Amino acid sequence: MQLINQMKVEFLSIPANVAFARVAVASFASQLDYTLSDMEEIKVAVSEAVSNAIIHGYENASDKFVRVVASLTKNALQISVEDDGRGIEDIKQALQPAFSTNPERMGLGFVFMQSFMDSFQVDSAPGCGTRVKMVKKVSTLVEQGSQVSPEH
Amino acid sequence: MQLELKMEQGTLVVRPAGELDLGIAEDFRNALDEVLDQGAVKNLIFNLSRVTFIDSSGLGVMLGRYKRITRTGGQVAVIGPQPQVRRILELSGLFQIMNEFRNEEEALAKIS
Ligand SMILES: Nc1ncnc2c1ncn2[C@@H]1O[C@H](COP(=O)(O)OP(=O)(O)OP(=O)(O)O)[C@@H](O)[C@H]1O
Ligand SMILES: [Mg+2]
Repeated sequence: MQLINQMKVEFLSIPANVAFARVAVASFASQLDYTLSDMEEIKVAVSEAVSNAIIHGYENASDKFVRVVASLTKNALQISVEDDGRGIEDIKQALQPAFSTNPERMGLGFVFMQSFMDSFQVDSAPGCGTRVKMVKKVSTLVEQGSQVSPEH
Repeated sequence: MQLELKMEQGTLVVRPAGELDLGIAEDFRNALDEVLDQGAVKNLIFNLSRVTFIDSSGLGVMLGRYKRITRTGGQVAVIGPQPQVRRILELSGLFQIMNEFRNEEEALAKIS
């Protein structure tokens, strides 16, 4: 599909930037016709991926960089969230619901990303960082202007 | 973060406002644990009516406090999540362990 717009941002791995990232991506995505609930889902997915980069990728170090790329086609948003952190040893295990390497956490991040986005992919290797790629399509179930007007 | 805490007959009423994510998780956790550490809290009510966003970091704080409260035989209730917050709570399975009530009065009456 043809790209119609693209955004790249890079920011420090500090907790306050999680809100920044989700708002930046959501406001970029508002160029397409997403529903309010689509927008909420995009925000949660970005929030989870960026939080993971900070918490797990960089183990809460605050002097590293997280990269977010958002690309728009006519009817979809692709988001990539990347860190240069420790990477994931066993991706299949990491993707299992409720799996977490941190006893304080619930292992829900990947569950939310997968259930809220139309496609989802993780590339990672120990010591080589992690990249999460997600796609959200614009739903086209209701065609605008196709409503039949009531007869009198 | 914006947070109101109120003690009512052994029940701690927690009223956070805004976005419950990694940015506020530590403050949120510390504020609650400081009160729980005093040992007088039996039950907990989360009034989420002013929460506009929640993700796994906010849920993690709630679930961690749930574990503390239930360890000593207490109960945890949830009030008033907005639709987008409710969806996240549902997906996470939180409603399987925390009861939802219409308002604080009802929750206080049922769990105290
Ligand atoms: N960017 C990353 N770098 C390194 N490890 C990661 C990264 N993202 C995820 N992981 C690993 O995958 C596991 C599962 O991630 P997921 O987001 O599903 O759960 P969690 O972050 O542990 O808990 P929650 O998201 O509920 O707070 C993590 O515990 C971690 O071990
Ligand atoms: Mg996570």
